[in-house]
Amino acid sequence: MNLDFSDDQKFLQEEAKKFLEKEKALSRNRSVLETESHADQELWNKIVDLGWTGIRIPEEYGGLGLGHLELCVIAEELGRYLAPVPFSSSVYLFTEAIINYGNEEIKKDLLPKLVTGEVIGTLAVTEELYAPSKSNIKVSSKNNTLNGKKIAVPDAEIATHSLVVSKSDKGVSLQLVDLSSPGVTIKHQENIDESRGHFSIEFDGVKSDLVGDENSGWELYETLINQAAVLFSYEQIGGSQAALDMAINYAKERYAFGRPIGSYQAIKHKLADMYVALTLAKSNCYYAAWALSTDSADLPSASATARVSATKAYQLCSQENIQTHGGNGFTWEYDCHMYYRRSKLLSLNIGSLSNWREKLVISLEQSNIN
Amino acid sequence: MDFNDTPQEAKFRKKCRDWLEKNASYKDGSSKSEDFANKDKLNDAKAWQKKKYDAGWAMLHWPKEYGGIGASSMERIIWANEEAKFDVPKGIFEIGLGMCGPVMMEYASEEQKERYLPSMAEGKEIWCQLFSEPSAGSDVAGLRSKAVQNGDKWIINGQKVWTSGAHFSDYGILVVRHDPNLEKHKGMTFFFVDMKSPGIEVKPIKQITGGSSFNEVYFTDVEIPDSQRLGEIGDGWKVAITTLMNERLAVGDAGGADVEDAFRWAKNQDNLGEPLLNNKAARESIADWYCEKSGLKNTKLRTMSALSRGDTPGPEASITKIVSAGKLQNIGNFGIDSLDMAGMLKTDDADIKSFQNAWLGAPGMRIAGGTDEILRNIIAERVLGLPQDPRADKGVAFKDIPSGNS
Repeated sequence: MNLDFSDDQKFLQEEAKKFLEKEKALSRNRSVLETESHADQELWNKIVDLGWTGIRIPEEYGGLGLGHLELCVIAEELGRYLAPVPFSSSVYLFTEAIINYGNEEIKKDLLPKLVTGEVIGTLAVTEELYAPSKSNIKVSSKNNTLNGKKIAVPDAEIATHSLVVSKSDKGVSLQLVDLSSPGVTIKHQENIDESRGHFSIEFDGVKSDLVGDENSGWELYETLINQAAVLFSYEQIGGSQAALDMAINYAKERYAFGRPIGSYQAIKHKLADMYVALTLAKSNCYYAAWALSTDSADLPSASATARVSATKAYQLCSQENIQTHGGNGFTWEYDCHMYYRRSKLLSLNIGSLSNWREKLVISLEQSNIN
Repeated sequence: MDFNDTPQEAKFRKKCRDWLEKNASYKDGSSKSEDFANKDKLNDAKAWQKKKYDAGWAMLHWPKEYGGIGASSMERIIWANEEAKFDVPKGIFEIGLGMCGPVMMEYASEEQKERYLPSMAEGKEIWCQLFSEPSAGSDVAGLRSKAVQNGDKWIINGQKVWTSGAHFSDYGILVVRHDPNLEKHKGMTFFFVDMKSPGIEVKPIKQITGGSSFNEVYFTDVEIPDSQRLGEIGDGWKVAITTLMNERLAVGDAGGADVEDAFRWAKNQDNLGEPLLNNKAARESIADWYCEKSGLKNTKLRTMSALSRGDTPGPEASITKIVSAGKLQNIGNFGIDSLDMAGMLKTDDADIKSFQNAWLGAPGMRIAGGTDEILRNIIAERVLGLPQDPRADKGVAFKDIPSGNS
């Protein structure tokens, strides 16, 4: 019985923590939020230098050839420090899709460049102000030519490539696009966490390459986000822990009515509830990490369980951290709002809480839990 | 990451399972009553405990001389996991073995340990815990039952309450106040007592479930020899804490109707012409309960992983009762409400019974062994490191502490 990370993985996590601390990732998040930029290119370059973008990429393509567990511990630290980099878009989604679904030519072309940072990827799915589904995708991919518009695409500005969920006569497919191609127009869309820019991408007769089978795009997308959900969940528990720690520290230092506010049960019980939610989420993440790393048949329910509990934990920890800080928590100056924003970003990228609850129940129906 | 036993653990598990297969049968899924007021049930439980004792499984982590085999924490867990798969009586000895045993082990004389521990492990003698009082629940150190020393004896007067199994117990551990002029936590002394002593009267408490697992225990001029004192005079609280720590380890999952039951029920139950499982609110609730249930299960696996490595587990397991008792209450509500107006009725249907039992029993689970509120205080203070509340009961004689009308 060993539902825990190995010593090597824990060491990697410690190193990641030290690196992000030293690089002041949290202050960098604030800078990106406060300026016109939509990602921290310098921090990203340093992350590339550490080899993190190539963790899962096989050695034959220049990567480290490690497993998903190594990615989980890195994700937890990126989440803790709110790193303003396109890691989730490029690594959990784009890179994983290329590794799993790309043909040899595409892999040979892109994987080494994802390791070196020459290529950064993202995933474009949403088209309207509602959840995308197999039946409402409209961007067309007739004859390897894309037409239509995607919105709310994270990190599209810093990205060089995108996978696009699109539709042709044969069904839904995943199309690979070089974002510097003629006919691509990328526009910034104001969003609620500007430390990670979101963009619209218009495709006007843009040449694309098919990834995976032509009519199985939606199923490939579902499989992809079932896996990525585990990594997103790790970012979410990292952020939840940071928000909880911030609330605990404040509750010990802030005095009201002659004593620390953390000595009042109203605050204690709030923080205990945050700890409970986080502990449930964290334990579910461990199991999902195991399921991901062993490609278990349990993955759909395990990842949805981790995702639902991690989303709930981060939502609770980030909002109650603000509440614990009182008026200070509502200021721009305090960091509370940065966790609040990021918790919403992470809970919406790859789909909302209620839709993940639905996915969980569907997976229970399919596996017949009784 | 893996879920495999080490070779040594696998060997031990096989040994447990082989013995259990020879001596018991696997559970068949039907739920059985554990009503020990019924003499046959009590005798069955005692017979099973004796069988385990003779084979060395009764208290496997205890030293050999007191009836154990000196097993590790991991081996205890493996045994418990395996035993849980079999249809065997349980529950009745938990307080004695889980809470009274460790205190006797730490504070009783060698002679007393040899006399009492093996017969406790064997199930021949049953023990109970006499701590709570009418005015001392969450604040158990507020207890007022009196002990007055008289030569080599103590005379006890007062009342205990919420004593599980007092009506069939042979011995009990008891904490009482020997001096109300001392500060609250300094004026208590700890004993063990023969429950057949003259002056002890046990009255069952009828619970909201209609059952009676608890008792009031009245003490009128009960004599206890000084040799049955555990710890020094005035050390009663220190000794009690040893027990309470063990209680917190022992009180775990609330049991009863769970998410699998709610799910199966929702698939089959009609709701406005369609299965209840088609209802969005039902689906969201089931998803959340499944996350709680899995979270507790996986937390347990993390604790076991630490034990398996020989490490001390983290504080994660402190969330178990808060989460499971609340979930039990919500699932009880869900099941009953799914019957709409007919939910009022008692029926013979096993599922409906289990939802009604969950609903009626859960309020007790949210209180017993540390209320939701006390457990949140413990998490906040001991795990998160938040400061204690200022207290009105420190630095004054017990008799001068404000106590309202109670």
